[in-house]
Amino acid sequence: MYAVSSVAARVDSDDQLARLLQIGIVLEEVVEARAHRHYQSLPVEERDEAIEELLSEASAESAEHRRRLESLVEDLDADSIPFEDVKELVAGSYGQTGPEDFDGVLYDQLHGEETAYKFYDDLIDAVEASDATFGVDREAVLETLRDIRHAEAEGVEEVAKLMEARA
Amino acid sequence: MNTADQYLKTIFLVEQLEDGPAATGELADRLGVSPASVNEMVGKLEDRGLVAHEKYKGATVTDDGEARAREALQTYCILERFLANVLDVDDFRAEARQLEPVIDETVADRLDMIIDREPQCPECFDAEADACGLLVEEGIEADD
Repeated sequence: MYAVSSVAARVDSDDQLARLLQIGIVLEEVVEARAHRHYQSLPVEERDEAIEELLSEASAESAEHRRRLESLVEDLDADSIPFEDVKELVAGSYGQTGPEDFDGVLYDQLHGEETAYKFYDDLIDAVEASDATFGVDREAVLETLRDIRHAEAEGVEEVAKLMEARA
Repeated sequence: MNTADQYLKTIFLVEQLEDGPAATGELADRLGVSPASVNEMVGKLEDRGLVAHEKYKGATVTDDGEARAREALQTYCILERFLANVLDVDDFRAEARQLEPVIDETVADRLDMIIDREPQCPECFDAEADACGLLVEEGIEADD
């Protein structure tokens, strides 16, 4: 009755790789949308140039990551995801869970970037642990994922610095 | 989700299904590993106080193990619901099992922000169907 499952953290097929990249796309969409909404939701007296720049860069960077991941998924010839629906869900979720003050905004941003870093770190390990041949060049996938992971690490550092400066 | 948590979740579910300890063979089948691997990991979990093991009967989660198993099950439910409801994946069970080892609980918590999960989760998990009970109900309704 049960299909064989495995405890191995390994990416063994194009379909599996594509699905994980799609999860990455959604995570980027969440960071992108929330960074944008965060700034808009802050009371005027709590806005300043540093946070405006940080959130605007974070939003643009996530959009860029999303495009790079989408391009890999396209090359894998996988089923597309209902991206407009995803956008709506992400936008709708903000109303229920969005932070309301400056510290909450920065914490949420930090958490989003840390989570993305962890996701890419685990995904890189899982690709490296596999000897499967993918429909796209393995090194190109790893290079893209490592680039993005590096950017997430820098993002975490920038938010942490801003939080320290305000503490 | 790390390997230890996958084992704890599986032991917890098999215990519910069998109404008793989870046998090594059953765990090996479900996890897709050898019985020797199961015995090794069950031994490690026993050393950490998360599982009690009785020879010839099987493994049982302790209170601490059950708490971990429930958290792991919740992470798994998030993954199933995300695949089914957000990405429109038909075979969400098989995919959730495949992806489970690669998705950390912090990542699942982030995905949880955009899915409509019920507060009683993971109590309503259907161990026999190996799926979120609500998704099973939705599936049955769709088939009618």
